[in-house]
Amino acid sequence: MAQTSHGVGGVSYDAKKRTWPAEFNVFLALVILVVIFELIGRIFLGDSFLFNTRSDVAGIFNEARLQIIILQVSIVGIIAIGVTQVIITGGIDLSSGSIVGATAMIAMSFAQVATVNGNPNPKAMFLAQGWTDLPVIVPVLVAIGCGLLAGLVNGALIAYTRIPPFIATLGMMVTARGIAKWWSKGQPISFPTDSFAAIGKGLMPVIIFLSLAVLFQLIMSYTRYGKHCYAIGSNEDAARMSGIKIANHKILVYVIAGILAALAAVVLSSKNLTAQAGMGVMYELDAIAMAVIGGVSLSGGRGSIIGTVIGALIFGVIISGFTFLRLDAYYQEMVKGVIIVGAVVLDQWRQRMRALRA
Amino acid sequence: MSDIVLKTENLTKRYGGVHALESANFELRKGEHVAIMGDNGAGKSTFVRQITAVEQRTSGKIWFDGKEVNFTGPIAAREAGIETVFQNLALADDLDVPSNLFLGREKVLFNLGPFSILDRRAMRKATEAALVRTAVKIPNLSNTIRHMSGGQRQCVAIARTATFASKLIIMDEPTAALGVQETAQVENIIRTLKENGEPLILISHNMRQVFDLCDRIVVFRRGRIVANLRKENTDGQDIVSYITGAKTGEAELAA
Repeated sequence: MAQTSHGVGGVSYDAKKRTWPAEFNVFLALVILVVIFELIGRIFLGDSFLFNTRSDVAGIFNEARLQIIILQVSIVGIIAIGVTQVIITGGIDLSSGSIVGATAMIAMSFAQVATVNGNPNPKAMFLAQGWTDLPVIVPVLVAIGCGLLAGLVNGALIAYTRIPPFIATLGMMVTARGIAKWWSKGQPISFPTDSFAAIGKGLMPVIIFLSLAVLFQLIMSYTRYGKHCYAIGSNEDAARMSGIKIANHKILVYVIAGILAALAAVVLSSKNLTAQAGMGVMYELDAIAMAVIGGVSLSGGRGSIIGTVIGALIFGVIISGFTFLRLDAYYQEMVKGVIIVGAVVLDQWRQRMRALRA
Repeated sequence: MSDIVLKTENLTKRYGGVHALESANFELRKGEHVAIMGDNGAGKSTFVRQITAVEQRTSGKIWFDGKEVNFTGPIAAREAGIETVFQNLALADDLDVPSNLFLGREKVLFNLGPFSILDRRAMRKATEAALVRTAVKIPNLSNTIRHMSGGQRQCVAIARTATFASKLIIMDEPTAALGVQETAQVENIIRTLKENGEPLILISHNMRQVFDLCDRIVVFRRGRIVANLRKENTDGQDIVSYITGAKTGEAELAA
């Protein structure tokens, strides 16, 4: 039954024909994926993917599995929140993984204890200066500073030299990794204070990831900043003609992405109780993949943080699903590649279909 | 003098050796709709680009709204009250109608710099009012511009100029890419603007449209204004003669 509503100027339209949000399709994909793993598990393994089959544990769902699904994507998910904003604005950020590495090294050296088992901490770089056992706010602020600086360089390069974001952030990717290695001198740093270690403990990464996701979803939907992200990604010339300060906005977007990568570094190094130069390798691609799977269009202008969060969950389900099916980790990598390309193909195809219908 | 909205004196633009615009003297009065006609490359768009400060003029003076003006760029011109509907629509495809109307000058609830909270309800209301005022028909305001027809998009672009109480609207071939029905819709909007007494400069190649909608016709040829005629005192044949150069010399208004 057609449900007509009234538009402006006496035009009525079929309210049912309103295109439903793209996030709904992504959510549907997530549900289908879970059902597939559940069915395969029931038929071939006699085990449930989602539900609790053990009598000695309470609850309907397999809570341990649910926790793992979201916990293992939380840290990259934090990066993906920033990457989503960058992609919506029509850019790309390849440097986030390296920013994680460099920031983790630098922040961790400000989070060292003075003594380990009664001996002076061998990893404390600033032992001589007495910068040990500092309050947790110090390494966190140092990390935010690192992310801000990296994002500022990315944004300024893109806004003022007009080089493609791909190249600018590729440069930062290599440079930041170099900084991480130079700072580490080949050694991991690994004796954080208790307060720093508390940041990534247990389900803290999940809480931090989801809070940031909610915050930035609200920002994208309800603030001028969010509106301008979509406007620039959708038609940069129109945005410029409308008086939006494109350069300032782009710098802000990359700064936010940098800070989010830095926060991911804090959570990651705190969770692992160590920082090493190789941390966060390939995270940028995982983050981009989460966004793309979540319906963020690589051509800019479309997507949302909610979509990316669902994309991250799809990622988590696939990794957990493969472990559940006792498949080799190598397969995960292969499938991940296929999914990323598949998501982009799907996005292109969806755009063509829409263009045909209109 | 007080009813003159826009006046240019010896407005000249040269690109290197090319004299794109030579000593253009032009006047527009309150509530007047003026058409600018001429062949491709005659200087029509160049003239508009000097007024809206998309380009900086070589020499000459511009008065707008009673004051001599030197706009630094198109945004300054717009802030002063000159709204332009460009040939290539300045719309963002992925935004809905209110967001496009208010692009770059959003209404906010709380001012927090870039993170100012948008007043979506007020923008939606103002959009509806602007669309009703210009008699634009749009099915669903919440839909993105992407799937709208060329006519609807053009209507949104025009409604944008009407939202901000502009003092002068300039349209550069607003119906060039539109079908018959869509052209009629845009022309209706222009008539509504006329009824509301909003001055307009219309660049068009469509003779029927110009005679239908405008009070006065200014013809450009080779960078010069060669004719400035009330529509009662001329006809299509006459205008074509000026456009092609069959008739020459500056034809002034019969006072």
